This record gives sequence, structure tokens and C-alpha cells, in this order.
Amino acid sequence: MAKSANPVARSVNAVDEWVNERAGVKDFYKKHLSEYWAPKNFNIWYFFGSLSMLVLVNQLLTGIFLTMHYKPDAELAFASVEYIMRDVEWGWLIRYMHSTGASLFFVVVYLHMFRALLYGSYKKPRELVWILGVAIFLVLMAISFMGYVLPWGQMSFWGAQVIISLFGAVPVIGPDLIEWIRGDFLVADATLTRFFALHVVALPMVLLLLVVLHLAALHEVGSNNPDGVDIKAKKDANGKPLDGVAFHPYYTIKDIFGAGVFLLIAAFIVFFWPEGGGYFLKPDNFVEADPLVTPEHIPPVWYFTAFYAILQAVPNKLAGVILMGGAVLILFLVPWLDRSPVRSIRYRGWPSKIALTLFVITFIRLSMLGVSADANIMEIRFWSILYFAFFLLMPVWTSLESTKPVPERVTT
Amino acid sequence: MSETESLESERPVADPSRRRLLLAGTSAVGAVGVAAAAWPFLASLRPSQRALVVGAPVEVFIGNLEPGQIVRVQWRGSTIGILRRTESMLAQLEGLAPRLRDPDSSVADQQPEYARNLHRSIRPEYLVLNMHCTHLGCVPSIFPEVGPQPFDANWRGGFFCGCHRSTFDLAGRVFSGVPAGRNLLIPPHSFVDDEHVIIGVDPEGAV
Repeated sequence: MAKSANPVARSVNAVDEWVNERAGVKDFYKKHLSEYWAPKNFNIWYFFGSLSMLVLVNQLLTGIFLTMHYKPDAELAFASVEYIMRDVEWGWLIRYMHSTGASLFFVVVYLHMFRALLYGSYKKPRELVWILGVAIFLVLMAISFMGYVLPWGQMSFWGAQVIISLFGAVPVIGPDLIEWIRGDFLVADATLTRFFALHVVALPMVLLLLVVLHLAALHEVGSNNPDGVDIKAKKDANGKPLDGVAFHPYYTIKDIFGAGVFLLIAAFIVFFWPEGGGYFLKPDNFVEADPLVTPEHIPPVWYFTAFYAILQAVPNKLAGVILMGGAVLILFLVPWLDRSPVRSIRYRGWPSKIALTLFVITFIRLSMLGVSADANIMEIRFWSILYFAFFLLMPVWTSLESTKPVPERVTT
Repeated sequence: MSETESLESERPVADPSRRRLLLAGTSAVGAVGVAAAAWPFLASLRPSQRALVVGAPVEVFIGNLEPGQIVRVQWRGSTIGILRRTESMLAQLEGLAPRLRDPDSSVADQQPEYARNLHRSIRPEYLVLNMHCTHLGCVPSIFPEVGPQPFDANWRGGFFCGCHRSTFDLAGRVFSGVPAGRNLLIPPHSFVDDEHVIIGVDPEGAV
């Protein structure tokens, strides 16, 4: 490029050069954006990765502003949240963006995970991408649980009481462990302040690190696609995959469109339905925490209810806790449970299609049962067995079923 | 599908002005969106309704204030002094002009228009003053008597700031040659009746 006569442009170029020689910004930009070759056949399911990043930014931003007004003190916490809602200019909006954002985070993350199951995005060579993703899911669960305690309403208090008590199921050290987690003989100020520290500082840092690693691992092996075709197998003379397009500008533009649609829906919820009919914010949480009064029914927020239902499936505390933990941790094993020679559901046999459909129904049904006060225990057991059967029988049907031939190039 | 076929979007643009218009339009709408989204966040940092209530006007009873006496009250976190000046105190204000930096209260921000006069008050007798030094915010002490002081051999009565030795006369006007650059601030105030002054409310009809 010819040297610009414009002194401003010249100095901008000089600074650009200076930084680039020392930090390799251009290489980074090329590797992750302008020359990150993404398959050209991404469909609607591929919006949810970038959308979860968008929600993450929303949570960080609104969270920082909430921290400016919130008081992590059992005496003051509840009033400070009411203060944010009533007295801080736009405080209600920032808080609702944060509380609704938490629910939407799980919506997009669940859809993102479903996409991976649909197209086999966890299969070799993307096992690590999947493992890091499940780790992100775990951290997200911890963050949202602790965040839910901070407003110090009745549901915060009793939810914390119930969830922390689960650790009491650990043999021998259980009771001491609970006391150590709470820092007191009951859920108290000490519990609130440590949850605050973890929710606001420690876990978000872990989450950000995991997101960076998740993306780094993805960009090392490249994105999967709805056909499950390896686009790196066919390249042009310059080494660019024939079925790949540059992430920027093609998918940045596409993702901005997706973000626009998502924000429209999110704004509608934040403005007109912030409590989500009691599923995003429980009515009981608008009453200050009271250790002497237990609410009649203590269901977790909707995104935990499937696992909460599994907890109730067996009439033994330790076994219930192990099952619930196992229901989440078994996700780590999916890349090895799936023995199918093909990735995408498009080229799999009918057993895979039925199994995945059943799994979705199971997860939704368990979520409904987990929130219900009078769920039938036999029904919970039935769906819990189906939940685990999906994973444990995966090696069987994936190796037995007949698959269709995978095309050499992506379709449409 | 041929191997050499390039994407439609990689071919030269048929009508570049159309693309430029779309880009500019999208960017402009995006910028408006970002600005609108930033507004609630920045606005949330302003004093909250609670702070505004705490900062509400303060009514002070001055019926028992003797000539020469000063009463201090808090308004929006600042110390406000109400000094009932004697005839001799007011007389000292005249003739100080050559020693003052801004004798005519010409800096408009330092007092409401209705207090922009020799005695810097609505009623000459009562001075309502934000006591914080205009240098770095300390609260000066009042030295009302005329007579030599360690900080000024030719003292005519006024305020002395112990922090950095700024001096002000009994109308809060700053002397020349001290660190403070402006006269003490006169807050908006008005008289409810002869015995009550309200701080934070302008007199009716005042701009």
C-alpha cells in the first residue's frame, strides 16, 4: 500500500505497525477472524455459540453495575436490592437484564449443547471442545446458584439451605463439610459474603478462562457443520478449504443479525415479563430471608429442575446426590459413548433419531416434574431411567445402527 | 458444484454505492442502539432517589440567631453556615475591594443572581454560605473580630482556612494572593418567613 500523505493516517499506521511487531495482532486477527475458515453451511443452530458470548457480556456488564449498588451483608442485602429496584436510576432495568440474562444464558447454552448432540460436534477431533464446554456449563450452574442467593429473599435462603445440605450426604465428613461451606451453623452472613466473592470475582474469572480455552480448542481443530463433513479435507491451492468461508465478514454479519433477533426477544422479556411467570424470579424471593419460616415449596429455578427431579428419584440421600451429580458429569463421557462412524444426525440411522428425540422429551418432562410440588415419584423414576439410558445405551445403538454415506463436500 | 466456483459475495460488487449505503445505515442504527443501551448504565451512576431525598431542601429556624452568631447545618453533604452579620461587620465589607480577587462577585457560578451584590445575600444581615473552601474543600473557621492575626496583620474580620491559609471576608469573598481562586459558594436559598430560611430553594420568581 502506498504511503499516505495524511499525517494522521501515517501515525495510525505507525502505531499499528509498532503494536503488531510486538504483539502479533494481525496474526491473531487472521487466525481467529479474517482467515478462520468456517463451513459455509452453518444453519440456525450455529447462532447460539455467539449468543452465549453476548449474554456473557451482558451478565458481566450488568453485574458490574449491580455490584456498585448492592450490599453483601445479610442485614442489608435484601434492602439494597429493593433500593436498586426503586431508587437507583434505571436500576430496575439493570437488575432485570441480569436476572433475565441468567435464564436466557441457560436457554442459549442448552440449545448450543443440543446442536452439538444433533451434529456430533463432540466427536473426534473436537472432544476437548466438548469437555471444556461441559466445564463451562458446570461453572455456569455454580455461578447462577450463588447469584440466586445474593438478593437474600426467602428462595435465596432456603434454596441455599437445600443445596448446601446435599453435601451432607457425603459419608463421614458430611456434617462438617456443610458447616465449612456455610461458615456458620446455618446459612448466614458468612455464607452470603463468600458466595458474593465467588459469584462476582472468582467464578467469572474461571468462566472467562474456560471460554477462551473453549474457543482456542475450537479454532485449533475448526468448526463442525450440519453435515459433519471435514471441510479441511478439500482445500484450494492457497490452503483455504473449498467449503469454508472467512468467519469475518461472513459469520460476523450473520451473527449480528442473530444477535438483533435475540435482543428483540430478550428486550420483550426484560420489559414485559421479567419474572418469567415465576420461573425466572420466584414470588417467594420478594420476601426477605427468614430462618424461622420455610416456604411451602422450594423448587429451584427452571434450568436446574431436571437435575432436581433426578435427585428425588431414589429414596436415599447419598444415592440421590450421586445420581444428580452423575446426570451432569456423564456429559463429559459423550465423545466416547458415541461409537457412530458419522457425526451428523443427517447420516445416522433411525435409532439415533429416536434416541435424541426421546432425550429431548425426557429432559423437558424432568424439568416440568422437578418444579412441581406433587410430582408422581414413579413418573420421575421412569424419566430418570430414560435420561441415563440415553447415555449408557449410546454405545449400543450407535455401533449397531446402519448409517448413510457421508458426502465428500457439504450440501447446500 | 465446480471446485473453482467462487462465492457470489467474493466477486466484484455490481453496485458499490448500494453496499456503502447499507453499511452506513447499519452502522448508524447500531451506533444509536449502543448509545441508547449505554444511557441507563451511565444514568445509574447519578445520585439515586435516596440520595436526592437526603439532598432535599433544608429548612432552618433562625429566629434565635443573635447578631454576630453563626449556625452551621448540613445540606447535600456540605456544611452551610448562616451568619447573622452586625452593622459593623457589614461596614467592613466596604473598602476591601482592592485587596480582593473578585470583589464584585463576577464569577456567575459562585452565587445565584439574587445574591450578586456587595453583601452577597438576599437580606444584608443574613449571609447563607457554603462553608467549604474553594481551594480543596476544607471548612474555614470564622475570625469575626477586626485586628491583627498571625495570617494577616491588617485583618478586617472574615474566614480563614487552616488547611492552606486561604482567607475570605465576611461576605465569603476571597482575598488576593491566597491558594483559593474563587469566592465561597452561596447556595440557592430563600426566606420562608422572618424566622425561617430554606436552603436549596430559590426565592419565588428568581432565575
